[in-house]
Amino acid sequence: MLKEEDKIFKNLYGFDDWSLDSAKKRGIWSNTKEIIEKGSDFIVEEIKSSQLRGRGGAGFPAGLKWSFMPKDSGKPQYLVVNADESEPGTCKDREIIRNDPHLLLEGCLIAGFAMHANACYIYIRGEYYSEASNLQKAIDEAYQNNLIGRNACGTNWNYDIYLHRGAGAYICGEETALLESLEGKKGQPRLKPPFPAGAGLYGCPTTVTNVETIAVAPTIIRRGASWFSGLGRENNTGSKIFSISGHVNNPCNVEEEMGIGLKELIENHAGGVIGGWDNLLAVIPGGASVPLLPKSICDTVKMDFDSLKEVQSGLGTAAVIVMNKSTDIVDAICRLSHFYKHESCGQCTPCREGTGWMFRMMEKMVKGSAQVNDIDKLLDVTKQIEGHTICALGDAAAWPIQGLMRHFRPEVEKRIKEYQLGEVA
Amino acid sequence: MPTITIDDKKVEFENGMTVMQACELAGAEIPRFCYHEKLSIAGNCRMCLVEMEKGPPKPVASCAMPAGDGMVIKTDSEMVKKARKGVMEFLLINHPLDCPICDQGGECDLQDQALHYGFDKSRYEENKRAVKNKHMGPLVSTIMTRCIHCTRCVRFSTEVAGVDDLGLLGRGENAEITTYLEKTIDSELSGNVIDLCPVGALTSKPYSFKSRPWELTKTETFDVFDGVGSSIRVDTRGKQVLRVLPRINEDTNEEWISDKTRFAIDGLSRQRLDKVYIKENDKLNASDWDSALNIIKDEINIRGKDKTITLSGKFTDAETIISSKLFSKGLGSNFYDCRFDNAQIIHGENESYKFNSSIQEVENADAILLVGSNPRWEASVLNARIRKAFIHNNCQVGLIGPALDLNYAYKEISVSLNGLNEILDNKSEFSKVLFNAKNPIIIVGTSAINTSEGSSVLKTCAEIARKLPNYSESFNPLNILNQDISRVGSLELGFVNKVFDGNFEKKLKEEIGLNKPVVFLLGLDELNPKSLEGSFVVYLGHHGDVNAQHADIILPSPAYTEKSSTFMNIEGRTIQTSRCHNPLGDAKEEWKIFRVLSDLLDCGIQFNNLNDVRKTLINENKNFLAILEANSSSNLSFSSKEDIKDQSLSYNISNFYMNDSISRASETMANCTNEILNKAKAS
Repeated sequence: MLKEEDKIFKNLYGFDDWSLDSAKKRGIWSNTKEIIEKGSDFIVEEIKSSQLRGRGGAGFPAGLKWSFMPKDSGKPQYLVVNADESEPGTCKDREIIRNDPHLLLEGCLIAGFAMHANACYIYIRGEYYSEASNLQKAIDEAYQNNLIGRNACGTNWNYDIYLHRGAGAYICGEETALLESLEGKKGQPRLKPPFPAGAGLYGCPTTVTNVETIAVAPTIIRRGASWFSGLGRENNTGSKIFSISGHVNNPCNVEEEMGIGLKELIENHAGGVIGGWDNLLAVIPGGASVPLLPKSICDTVKMDFDSLKEVQSGLGTAAVIVMNKSTDIVDAICRLSHFYKHESCGQCTPCREGTGWMFRMMEKMVKGSAQVNDIDKLLDVTKQIEGHTICALGDAAAWPIQGLMRHFRPEVEKRIKEYQLGEVA
Repeated sequence: MPTITIDDKKVEFENGMTVMQACELAGAEIPRFCYHEKLSIAGNCRMCLVEMEKGPPKPVASCAMPAGDGMVIKTDSEMVKKARKGVMEFLLINHPLDCPICDQGGECDLQDQALHYGFDKSRYEENKRAVKNKHMGPLVSTIMTRCIHCTRCVRFSTEVAGVDDLGLLGRGENAEITTYLEKTIDSELSGNVIDLCPVGALTSKPYSFKSRPWELTKTETFDVFDGVGSSIRVDTRGKQVLRVLPRINEDTNEEWISDKTRFAIDGLSRQRLDKVYIKENDKLNASDWDSALNIIKDEINIRGKDKTITLSGKFTDAETIISSKLFSKGLGSNFYDCRFDNAQIIHGENESYKFNSSIQEVENADAILLVGSNPRWEASVLNARIRKAFIHNNCQVGLIGPALDLNYAYKEISVSLNGLNEILDNKSEFSKVLFNAKNPIIIVGTSAINTSEGSSVLKTCAEIARKLPNYSESFNPLNILNQDISRVGSLELGFVNKVFDGNFEKKLKEEIGLNKPVVFLLGLDELNPKSLEGSFVVYLGHHGDVNAQHADIILPSPAYTEKSSTFMNIEGRTIQTSRCHNPLGDAKEEWKIFRVLSDLLDCGIQFNNLNDVRKTLINENKNFLAILEANSSSNLSFSSKEDIKDQSLSYNISNFYMNDSISRASETMANCTNEILNKAKAS
């Protein structure tokens, strides 16, 4: 269990005030100037050696990503913070922004400085209304106290932070679609290459990073990379906010050490599965887009990037969706298919045409009105989408179905047979 | 040069190429729908996926991936085949497969590629999507259920045509290509979306259900509706022209043609003059060649051989010009001219009427001075080039003349032509732009030079051109934009008479009033019939348009699709059209008519066949020898600073769609006038 002193998000539950004064009491903005004076290389190196991996879902090493930013491109460079948290089940960024916005803002300054950016855009999900309002007030406070703006924190570094509210499209959380949307265009992912670090916002070098990744950066620098990498295990270091929802007695956000056991996480923090651990059916461990895990795996699996990858799932955004035996698992996955069909941007063929097809086949699976060999057809379609699209939404739409069929195929087949018997009768 | 390995074959490629282009170099065919050479890369159809070794464990879109040195690409591996099959299946699941009733059938990319890369049967058991058709105006017919969302049409209209009338609305499988408010596409190039559409979603409205591609005779030829001389293919069935498609020609039209070029062809089968007519008691009666030619002979003898006037029109080819000129000379007359719109030239200076810099050079320009020209209407495909320069070179455009909608931003310099003085004196803000640019050019429209001041305007423009930084012996930045395909060729053959300088109609009227001669109109319909009063008018042409009605004798001649003709486009590029089908009715080529008349009147024309005519043509002017080449020179010896008076100018095209005898007979063009121009005027 993560010790209280090792927690980065001291005000995750909002017991304290989110304003600047109380944020300062928690140590935020305390020695920002000294950190920045150590130089951008120092900051990037420190993040690299802390082995922090991006918290937005893909788990790309953060320090490495920051180091892609050119030193003298001759163009403006931007940090874009992705606060378009829309992955079903995920609500960690919301709590950070709602209760500890200054933690994020300090991170913006430090990370932005490290990647030679003078401007930062925070793209916040449109539905996060009061969060956006808190964050804007926090930004105003920071400007008034000269923590950001001209000569931010007295460091001679000019740094502006702008808040931009999205309009509620899931795809705008994809980094390049987010940039398009930020530029005022229709939110559709761009082709890569070029990557944002080369040509991002308005064609300038840009890094798009998740809120949590940015928010943990100041504490890592303050307490040292070795402290952070001492938590968790190699390549899966540090602590992480887990959002636990679904059939648990006490759904919550909790900051825990990486690599904590899934069972331990649920039992210790979320009050256990409704009806007891044995009543567990399956868990989606990392937000809607990762394949689910049946109870047999949940018993022992550890919650970090590599352990979950080994069991053919993923940590994603660490949004743990718990489903007990009252769940119609096929219908649950069908609902996710509907979500991806609804949120596909329609730009590229496999996702545009495939998500609808998968959803309709899933609807049949729910009823049982499909044929048994339709399951293989469905899996084949998921394979035809996966890896063939411009962005990862196609993959995200395919994986839940692949997970379902991997672990619950007998359930689907049973349903089909029952339906056929019923029809005959 | 960097090398890339495609299917175990090493090829060298140029930096900046994409993997797809490199694959083409290696001879590996890559299927595609959204990719188009002339449009930006969208990468959304996913048909061009290839396998990249040492890359990500998934296929990459070859159209968007830059080729890199040492890359190893596979275009026929299992991964690639599976990816193509998958994409093909997705494209087809919601496609209606109504090929038997689809106009694209037989020339459809989706059909062809489904055959090569698709499954042999469908696994899709769900209901297909249906999409409401959109209104896109009188030219483009839409069956949107067939759309595969490649967005070529959207990219074409925003990038090339410069109108934001098309877009993709909605998301996911509800995404639809639309004109937003069901609005007609307000562009002269709108028909090109029909060619771009890889499926049958956008098809030609006038050609709907007319024919199948395999029933058509296809003839490669050139367009005559503007001065560019676009390369086209004419599809005919019997004696009917059913459609016109562009051919690729980087020198002139790239891959586009204007809507008039494409759709005015229904005018070719309406209002046609297919018989000889002789006017008796103010009524034109059908007659025969012998009587008509004999009457002409008598009239010429009565009214005075050496007073005979010959005037050419918009579509007059060089063969007609040379034979009528020789005929006139034989009669002892030199009253011939082609400048019916009164566009002035400097005699003996071919730089004063040619598009000297070449059309292709326009896209390299970084500053363009438009003098009394509306390129959008005068040469639509040229306007697309200017827009290309505007987008890619940040080209600054300045306009002298009344405000226009040009599909790109421009600076209004002055309404009156005296703005030229200020430019030359460095008093205008645009002077700085023009003289500091790297590749500036000047485009002078005929509306700027069609008054008695015209030659001073030309001289002053030449003076400006001479002062431009890129002016040299090998590059001439002065361009005159003539509107008609016949003009440059006629001028090259010296088909002008100084008598008509300054004010063509007035001087013609004087001449006719004085001598009451025989006047030959070579398809010329742009004259006020009153100017012809008192003369004996012989009209050679193919359409019963304005001046034909006032003719005393009508001799039918073939339209541009019915004979092989030589023209020079605005650059002085010699083009030779092909005969797509036989002439209608009794029509005879003009050179044959003059040949016969020459015998009747002892004018001494010798040629007996088209080859002889062309030999005479080349003897007269060597520039006709080099087919498809433009001869440019750069002397500007007529340049001088003239004081241009404050004078208003108005553009001499009032209706793009109906601007000549063929398009005035076209029903499609009449619809365009109603739906596009009149609506715009009303709103």
